[in-house]
Amino acid sequence: MATEHVKHIEAYSPQFGTMIPSGFQKWLRTCVLWQLVRFVAINIKMTMLILKSHH
Amino acid sequence: MARLVIMGAGVAGHTAASFASDWLGKEHEVVVVTPNSQWNWIPSNIWVGVGEMSKDEVVFPLAPVYEKAGVDYRQAKAVSVHPEGKADSDAPYITIEYTGQDKEGQSEELTYDYLINATGPKLNFGATPGLDAGHTVSVCTADHAVHANVELENLIEKMKKGEKQKILIGTGHGMCTCQGAAFEYIFNVEHKLKEEGVRDMAEITFITNESFLGDFGMGGLHFKVGGFVTSSKVFAESLYAERGMNWIIGAHVNKVEAGKVTYELLDGSAGEAEFDFSMLIPPFAGVGFTAFDKAGEDITSKLFAPNGFMKVDAKYDAGAYENWKASDWPRTLQNPDYKNIFAAGIAFAPPHIISKPMSSPNGTPINPTPPRTGMPSAMMGKAVAASICDMIKGKTNEPTHTASMSEMGAACVASAGKGLFNGTAAAMTVYPIIPDFEKYPGTGRDLNGTTGEIGLAAHWVKHILHHAFIWKAKLKPGWTLIPE
Repeated sequence: MATEHVKHIEAYSPQFGTMIPSGFQKWLRTCVLWQLVRFVAINIKMTMLILKSHH
Repeated sequence: MARLVIMGAGVAGHTAASFASDWLGKEHEVVVVTPNSQWNWIPSNIWVGVGEMSKDEVVFPLAPVYEKAGVDYRQAKAVSVHPEGKADSDAPYITIEYTGQDKEGQSEELTYDYLINATGPKLNFGATPGLDAGHTVSVCTADHAVHANVELENLIEKMKKGEKQKILIGTGHGMCTCQGAAFEYIFNVEHKLKEEGVRDMAEITFITNESFLGDFGMGGLHFKVGGFVTSSKVFAESLYAERGMNWIIGAHVNKVEAGKVTYELLDGSAGEAEFDFSMLIPPFAGVGFTAFDKAGEDITSKLFAPNGFMKVDAKYDAGAYENWKASDWPRTLQNPDYKNIFAAGIAFAPPHIISKPMSSPNGTPINPTPPRTGMPSAMMGKAVAASICDMIKGKTNEPTHTASMSEMGAACVASAGKGLFNGTAAAMTVYPIIPDFEKYPGTGRDLNGTTGEIGLAAHWVKHILHHAFIWKAKLKPGWTLIPE
């Protein structure tokens, strides 16, 4: 069902006013191939951050 | 031979001791004073608190590591600081009281040439009535986390018998910091309940002193996602909403009783929340040293701020929020009155908070206090050690290294559930930690250095960091190559 991932949200509750990830987005979060790419990306970002932070 | 005394062996103190002993060699003396016999990788306490790790996986004994490094380890708590010495001696010293090494209760004077205060915080459970009465649990220490898991297991057993349970996780006072730990714990608990097949039996609520979810004590952060510059408020709210978890924001928990907390909100209203299981983070305070001058007069207020944290080269008279600048934050972490004293990590007194100060109409301050754990603590410990080593070697009389939170970034990987293929974590980078609205108008941060995402990859990073930092802390081969 297209609305499976949002069916627990109650109208006008605090949860009603924010983003809810789609099923595809949630699937990507544990898709090993995509996450291998993100693993490399996160490590690059953190390395850049460390290099900028040491004085 | 010079003697460097380091009070505390947490992330900042242990980092400072490790590097100082490496850089100074046997020509000089490095002494570590800590009441603890074990080192604890605190970020992984979260996993102990949900039964995904044992206590033994997050702690190790300090004595053999310091013996290998040539560090003089004293299992003792520092009690007082005497930066001018005493009547018959100009040598500055601290007094310590042993907590181990078969000298429990014995006091001793320990002279120093340089002193680093890296004691971390006092977990101030007493600040909220009932928070120390055992109605709630904590994950601030490995033992606390073990207890939290026992209570959680009991709760899960009840749910498996068909009893619906209320779970309340968050901050136990209006002036707490470390929202990240509560954030991680609630997501790990939720993940655990799913794994146990009882998620539908629990009503889970987050209670926080943040004025918005995702403030994290840093005034929130912004990063680029899907063509938008998005606030951490949206990012955090989305994570809670997705999982069907409720939240209470801007809350000062003012009383904890069996199965119930009462709280005051930023709008001045009062509320109650019932729970069957609750993990509430306590506020932090300085560990409560006293300081004395040569004549024995109390100079505690000269060396320490009223909250017990040590004064350093920060701008403590910045005034109202509108006047705050990134440059208010300390750079060298040197005490302005006693140039041979430094503070690193949680032990230094921040010039002010980072988030905008807020209070209820009743005058109750409700705002997060500044986070300075983990990566910033380690970087401060290393920078302070480097400055002191240069001073000891006679290269300079002034600190040579800086570690300002307004000039450094932080990487935070917040676990949202453990599992090699089904775990997730939120990986966030923020640069700089202190928003600099002059340099980065609008959001106060470099949008190329401030990022956030959730996924399995971040969990892998968190798991690798667990092993890497414990490897480093044990000073195993190549430890200096692992960055802070």
